[in-house]
Amino acid sequence: MVKAQVLDATALDRALTRIAHEIIEKNGGAKDIAFVGLRTRGVTLAQRLAAKVAAIDGASAPVGTLDITLYRDDLDLRGAPVVRGTDIPFSIKNKTVVLVDDVLFTGRTIRAALDALIDLGRPKMIQLAILVDRGHRELPIRPDYIGKNLPTSRREAVAVRLTEHDGEDRVVIEESEGA
Amino acid sequence: MGWTRKHLLTIRELDGGEILTLIDTAASLQEIAGREIKKVPALRGKTVVNLFYENSTRTRTSFEIAGKWLSADVINFSASGSSAAKGESFVDTARNIGAMSPDVVVVRHSSPGAAALLAREMSCAIVNAGDGAHEHPTQALLDLLTIREKKGHFEGLSVAIVGDIAHSRVARSNIHGMRKLGMTVTVGGPPTLIPPYAQELGCKVAYRLDDAIRDVDVIMMLRLQQERMHAGLIPSLREYSRYWGLSLDKLRAHARSDVLIMHPGPVNRGVELSPEVADGPYSVILDQVAKGVAVRMAVLLLLAGSKSAEAA
Repeated sequence: MVKAQVLDATALDRALTRIAHEIIEKNGGAKDIAFVGLRTRGVTLAQRLAAKVAAIDGASAPVGTLDITLYRDDLDLRGAPVVRGTDIPFSIKNKTVVLVDDVLFTGRTIRAALDALIDLGRPKMIQLAILVDRGHRELPIRPDYIGKNLPTSRREAVAVRLTEHDGEDRVVIEESEGA
Repeated sequence: MGWTRKHLLTIRELDGGEILTLIDTAASLQEIAGREIKKVPALRGKTVVNLFYENSTRTRTSFEIAGKWLSADVINFSASGSSAAKGESFVDTARNIGAMSPDVVVVRHSSPGAAALLAREMSCAIVNAGDGAHEHPTQALLDLLTIREKKGHFEGLSVAIVGDIAHSRVARSNIHGMRKLGMTVTVGGPPTLIPPYAQELGCKVAYRLDDAIRDVDVIMMLRLQQERMHAGLIPSLREYSRYWGLSLDKLRAHARSDVLIMHPGPVNRGVELSPEVADGPYSVILDQVAKGVAVRMAVLLLLAGSKSAEAA
């Protein structure tokens, strides 16, 4: 059940545009930057960020897809794992990798993503871009770029809906079932 | 999507969706073989026991590599050089291994139903890596993955499986899988090597090589299973090879130009396949082997990497 809208399509696009500018500012351009999105919506956000960065800076950065299923710390607690595959068709060695995900919550997904990335090579630096930071961290992980800080209760769920997957661009808070 | 089984014993008991889950998972895992560091932590702390009562190169090795790439501890047990050689029964050996709490036991045995027997006797997940002339599910899965990669789809493809069908667990597992995925299967071989169940399983039967391989998308050649064969089924190897061996001339004369040549190995060169066909451009035999590791990773991951394995 949708409880409140956090970002509409315009606000979501503005947040991404601002993050793109921040990435260029912090890194002095888009040279040697690579985007890696976390399945599924992180990949879409990474593609949008890469397009914005290319439009602003002129230099285009590659975009890869990371699947962290094999690196989860809770495989035993879930049903049979669904592996959808990692696809990073470029070397991340000596690159500044901008890891992109839709929602940052406990930080465990990002912990797994860091392990997965480092198994693929030694990037010069890894930065973290997040559309919605909802708090409740369980690990010492902090994003470099944040679209929206959103204090939530643990019972709530934050849903990022993107046109490519859900037919609309918006971010909403949902009350989780059984709460 | 979704996998809820505790064991992988046969292709027969799976439905099309379960077969596709295994194949899709394997396809996603293939990328690991191309990495500099070929290891992911998914099965850290899990123990996989390879319990092999029959000879094997590809299957045992690829289960071992698959387990290791997933960070499981893999223990190899072969009947020779173990207490089986001192007279311990199969079930007793299995119970003793079970007492050491493995998470998955991969078993190969010459008796049909050996894997199903272990599934009843042991509490861990069981993978059938070949039980007599019954089934060899992971071989069928890697064959199917190879076919999909080369042809792009399953529905409507036609396959000829040629040779010693009666003694082949590979043929049986493949027939079940291919039929469930909408492919047509023709089995070809001398009448003594065609099992009575072929038509029951929905296969066409051809008693001449040229009839079997004409217009099919895939030709799967099988080895004569002489270790399972009683005397008198074929007059001689030479005659078998003359009528049923696939040479380049026969291939060019009767088969399509985009046909795939598959073989589960080990190849008896010059008997069922001439060397120029086995090593030729139509052959995907080594692709099959490479897919074997990905398929076995998928099987181990789905059986050992979830709570459902213990809950079932």
